[in-house]
Amino acid sequence: MAITGDSRSQFHVLAVDDSLIDRKLIERLLKTSSYQVTTVDSGSKALKFLGFQEDEQGNPDTPFGSPNNHQEVEVNLIITDYCMPGMTGYDLLKKVKESSSLRNIPVVIMSSENVPSRITRCLEEGAEEFFLKPVRLSDLNRLKPHMMKTKIKNQKQEEDQEELKISEIQSDEQQQPVQLPSPQPQPESQPQPPPPPPPALLLQHNNNKRKAMEEGLSPDRTRPRYNGIPTMV
Amino acid sequence: MDLLSQLRGQIADFSAFLHREGFVDDQFTQLQKLRDESSPGFVVEVVSLFFEDCEKLVNNMAKALEQQIVDFKQVDSHVHQLKGSSSSIGAARIHNVCIAFKTCCEDQNRDGCVRCLQQVNHECIQLKNNLQTLFKLEQQIVAAGGSIPAMQ
Repeated sequence: MAITGDSRSQFHVLAVDDSLIDRKLIERLLKTSSYQVTTVDSGSKALKFLGFQEDEQGNPDTPFGSPNNHQEVEVNLIITDYCMPGMTGYDLLKKVKESSSLRNIPVVIMSSENVPSRITRCLEEGAEEFFLKPVRLSDLNRLKPHMMKTKIKNQKQEEDQEELKISEIQSDEQQQPVQLPSPQPQPESQPQPPPPPPPALLLQHNNNKRKAMEEGLSPDRTRPRYNGIPTMV
Repeated sequence: MDLLSQLRGQIADFSAFLHREGFVDDQFTQLQKLRDESSPGFVVEVVSLFFEDCEKLVNNMAKALEQQIVDFKQVDSHVHQLKGSSSSIGAARIHNVCIAFKTCCEDQNRDGCVRCLQQVNHECIQLKNNLQTLFKLEQQIVAAGGSIPAMQ
């Protein structure tokens, strides 16, 4: 499925830093690179902005207000300072990666200190990049691929959701005897046409349905297999 | 030579001097590159914030070092903050003093800390004066109908 390049669609970056000067700086850098920016001065404020809430047991929960598992505001990247009082950038990174709703958001860590073990730790925890401060415009050029990857991943996830729905509907159809069309004089060698799909699905999901049926079932496939699904020739 | 050329010459010389003497480094140049029509006051704004921060931190550190029992961890955290912000705006000399200052904190060397603090204070005042001169020159150029030249 082609992703149309809409020049008006902007990437939104959430920048986290306890230093006012550094916030001003990163904001300017990001705006110069044509990103939409929100700055906050702490990890806890960042999580609040992202709509993250823990329940009383301290278990990370899906964001409040929406059972559909979507953030309140779409954030395409989080860039955070490492050294912050209270919640460090590393703590924030962990919380984001542990959250089912937030873990797909790429996280970049910034630090004024070049500590190799710190860098390794952050990258192992899932940070995409580690920038040494002061951050430069050229560093920000490395951000776009990570943000693009998330947009593509989100779109693919939506496609997969639709595929699954279709497979489930087909499974229901298999339980009933197949309704063949009324007999017409046809040579026997001609293949039988498949049962027509429910009209509602036809409108939007034709492409996905064909994709689901043509796709070879790999051994790694976690979704249940269905035998005898007629394929379109 | 017309006024504009004269001013441009002055600002070029002065900038070169600031860089040569290590008052500012390349990060300051990077900052200036971020200034554009949508945010003409960006550098002045960030620099003002820095000096406000500087004064506050210097005062806090002075107080901490006057105590009978010095809380070196606290002094160190102030130095850490100043080290970070000076690096962010390209205030090279201040940044270098902070590095030495941090070592004195770690060694719990009170006299060393006091000396470093005095140096920090001195450098802050010098840089503030120098940048005020630079900004004044820039203002004059704009007033004379020119645009602020891109720094090397």
